[in-house]
Amino acid sequence: MTGTRFVGTKFPRPEAPDKVSGRALYIHDVVRPGMLHGAIKHSAHAHARILRIDTSRAEALPGVEAVITGFDTPELRVGFLRENRALKRDKVRNQRDEIAAVAARDPETARRALELIEVEYEVLPAVFDPVEAMREGAPRIHEVDGRGRPTRDNRVPMECRHHSGDLEAAKERSAFRVAGDYEVPWIQQSCMGTAGCIAEFDANGDLTVWAKTQIPFLAQRDFNRALEEMGLEGRNTRVIVTTLGGGFGTGLDTHCYEYIAILLAHRTGRPVKVLMDREEEFRYLSPRQSARVHIEQGCDEEGRLTYREVRVLQDNGAYASWGATFPTVMLLPVTSLYKVPVVHFDAEIVYTNNTYAQAMRGYGNPEVTMAIESNLDELALAAGIDRLEIRRINCNEPGEVTPMGARVGSCGLRACIEACAEKLDWRAKPGRNGRLRGVGMASMLHVGGSGRIYRSDASGIILKLDDFGNVNVFYGGVEMGQGLHSTIRLAIADSLGVLPEKVRVNPTDTATCPWDVGTHASRGAFMACNAALEAVRKLRARLFAYCVDLFPREVERALRKQRAGGPPPRPEGGAAPDRSSPPSAEADLSFAQGRAPGDFELEKGLVFVKDGPDAPWAKIPLDRILRAIHFREGGDMLTETAFYDPPSELPDWREGRGNMSAAYTYGAQAVELEVDPETGEVEILRFVSAMDIGKVLNPQALDGQVLGGLAQGLGYALYEEVKTEEGAILNPNFTDYKLPTAHEMAFPVDLVYVETDEPTGPFGAKGAGEPGLVPTAPAIANALRDALGVSLRTLPMTPERILRALDPSAS
Amino acid sequence: MKARLRFRLNGKVVETEVETHWRLLDLLRDGLGLTGTKEGCGAGECGACTVLCDGEAVNACLMLALEAEDREIRTVEGLVGPGGRLSAVQRAFVEEGGAQCGFCSPGMVMSAQALLLEDPDPSEERIREALTGNLCRCTGYKQIVAAIRRAASLRRSEAGEGERGEAGGEG
Repeated sequence: MTGTRFVGTKFPRPEAPDKVSGRALYIHDVVRPGMLHGAIKHSAHAHARILRIDTSRAEALPGVEAVITGFDTPELRVGFLRENRALKRDKVRNQRDEIAAVAARDPETARRALELIEVEYEVLPAVFDPVEAMREGAPRIHEVDGRGRPTRDNRVPMECRHHSGDLEAAKERSAFRVAGDYEVPWIQQSCMGTAGCIAEFDANGDLTVWAKTQIPFLAQRDFNRALEEMGLEGRNTRVIVTTLGGGFGTGLDTHCYEYIAILLAHRTGRPVKVLMDREEEFRYLSPRQSARVHIEQGCDEEGRLTYREVRVLQDNGAYASWGATFPTVMLLPVTSLYKVPVVHFDAEIVYTNNTYAQAMRGYGNPEVTMAIESNLDELALAAGIDRLEIRRINCNEPGEVTPMGARVGSCGLRACIEACAEKLDWRAKPGRNGRLRGVGMASMLHVGGSGRIYRSDASGIILKLDDFGNVNVFYGGVEMGQGLHSTIRLAIADSLGVLPEKVRVNPTDTATCPWDVGTHASRGAFMACNAALEAVRKLRARLFAYCVDLFPREVERALRKQRAGGPPPRPEGGAAPDRSSPPSAEADLSFAQGRAPGDFELEKGLVFVKDGPDAPWAKIPLDRILRAIHFREGGDMLTETAFYDPPSELPDWREGRGNMSAAYTYGAQAVELEVDPETGEVEILRFVSAMDIGKVLNPQALDGQVLGGLAQGLGYALYEEVKTEEGAILNPNFTDYKLPTAHEMAFPVDLVYVETDEPTGPFGAKGAGEPGLVPTAPAIANALRDALGVSLRTLPMTPERILRALDPSAS
Repeated sequence: MKARLRFRLNGKVVETEVETHWRLLDLLRDGLGLTGTKEGCGAGECGACTVLCDGEAVNACLMLALEAEDREIRTVEGLVGPGGRLSAVQRAFVEEGGAQCGFCSPGMVMSAQALLLEDPDPSEERIREALTGNLCRCTGYKQIVAAIRRAASLRRSEAGEGERGEAGGEG
């Protein structure tokens, strides 16, 4: 393998020109011939029995092609616990429940038809609080589970806990103990491109879905199961991923709207697009999971952590999507952030009549890191130890095995903490103009070598070399703006020995790409590049094996051509031909004869013998060699595949044990801020992010991931919250739901990368997609405590909450 | 109900029939197939549909198509020069990583274009002010601000080469 020439350097994304000129096609822009537009009618109540649905007036509306309900379509089960249905029949369990759908010639007609559908309900008592939902006699959300067995209460049958060590003894041993209760809200992923899909059947009954998804292959499995439920056994789904207008976790599950598009397409025999507008996305797409976290931590006289006890309560809402599995990711920071010998972690997940949640960047980690890191500051204060010092004392180290069995390879947490302290100048500072100033810091730990939550955590890749020297890449993971394709390009260019422009990553399509579990858990670059490196090794071996015979002939030809006055070989990428050393008439070609495959090298698209003459005629362009391999009797073309499954374990969730990732990413963030005591407004003065990402693969994409994560963390900390009342969403728009703008992000940010060279990582790199937002909220909460002298334990930390914390007697 | 509309779009006269209730966004995307202009909210909150109307940034979701009568509309497609050459603003977004998922990018690019038409050398504060109507969920805005600063200097250095006539001049 050649040294890194492109990895680690700033390179623009290959898809960026199409995006900035309006040529990239998002689901909004894709049109199929004869396509209809679908619209979905949602419940008017949080909990009610459906008595009657009358669709006759909607069906009579000109332009309407089909109206469907759960009563006249096959029952399609949705969700990993299979207790959700694409169209509800017996009852509705929250205000986003789908009860009917229309396909019409245009979106306006479809929406008008929805208003003509009459539904009669019998309203049932509802419950909107998980504590109340656990009480005896609370309204039961599901009378039976996904398998039809009677339920005993409203608890979601999901077990995830970890108990290691003697908790009571550890408490007794502790010199200092601090407890706290934290609450984090539902927030909206708020992709700028809203959700949607197109479903289309061909004449064989096979289905194609153009999807806004991060899991094309799991979606294929889900949709194939739907086809079975529709009586179309043996039929197949092809999932084509359009350009994604953001992902952030929204595409990790399949959604009712997708199944409804499939039902409408099947009913009408025409392609059907279902596209959410912004208000619908706020109301009907699953937000980030909310949580209440009780935490207690203790330390000895010297500040060494003695135990950590965490109890999580999640309002699951009406159905189980991936929000219900957040505790499986919380497990990692709870058991493994800092050295802590005794850990008790329990989680309770409870059905209510609220909206239900799914994944968002960080997936449980920010929720619980808020509690861990904020509570740690309070413990430091109680113990009279500097907040920085307590983090140094308990810092994770390489080679450590944590209570859950996470085997720490590379770990640069200490360097991250030090970098934050140094860049922020960790001293108390006076405020200005009557404002209060403070500094705060928080650390984080996240899976950095993918996260095994399915039995297979693999990624396949196909590299196909063509007659023009292009490397056509087929990868099943999803580019959603994070820079995955750009990173794949750099990694292949370097490892194979071609220019990045020659590496062409194809659109993700289940019909052409090998299987991939999905783009989540910060795994894209780690997995794709590891798979690519393996395929590249195979490609180079085959290429160089062919060179033993073909290379001498090609060199002779090149030499002959040049002597005849032809141009010397042109290096790839259009650089000027090298005329510096014209071949002498007596050039000795014996250097090329009788070589072993290992004697050849490929660099920047030129094949040569490692110790051969440094002359242009002795370097043959890759495309020439490839054509020589192809265009002859018994010819061949070079295509290689690799299927990479990382060295990790599927944890036993009931025990909370297992080395779930091949590597772990560490980091810390620190912030300096000011608060206006009159208004409660927070002004961020500066921010430091230091991350141990193993190795910087793609600096431009990495900066973008960290800065974008930080902006989401800022929103989580200070602004964002999906507000509900009796299960209804109160702020379904960007006026009432506040995202950070360029104005809020005006503060300077120092980005520090600690390179620890992870042994399992491609080029030494670890995953970096999610960590940017994980420690942001607790860093800000800790700075606010430093400034105000009070703890804020509920997100978002709005001016109202800050003023209330400063003066609890004020209303 | 339909009505006739005549306006200039990306430098060319367009005469067409439009539904009277159509927004400019509907005409561009559904009527004329210019899908570069994106709908992110339909309420003037996110700026993904920003286009230039007589050189000023407007939300195409808040403007009726008929209001474009006799006006000069420029969309993100209209910044691309002959042979597909990207404008200075577009190139700067590519080079600085100003586009991630890219859904907000057309609107960001058009807001930047409007700003640079008005102020060829804007301060960072001015840039941020010009972007407050454009939401981005991916970038944290830093690389977008860097792109616009770069675009400003690209445009200044290319001014002598006729670059400004490319699109922005007519804006």
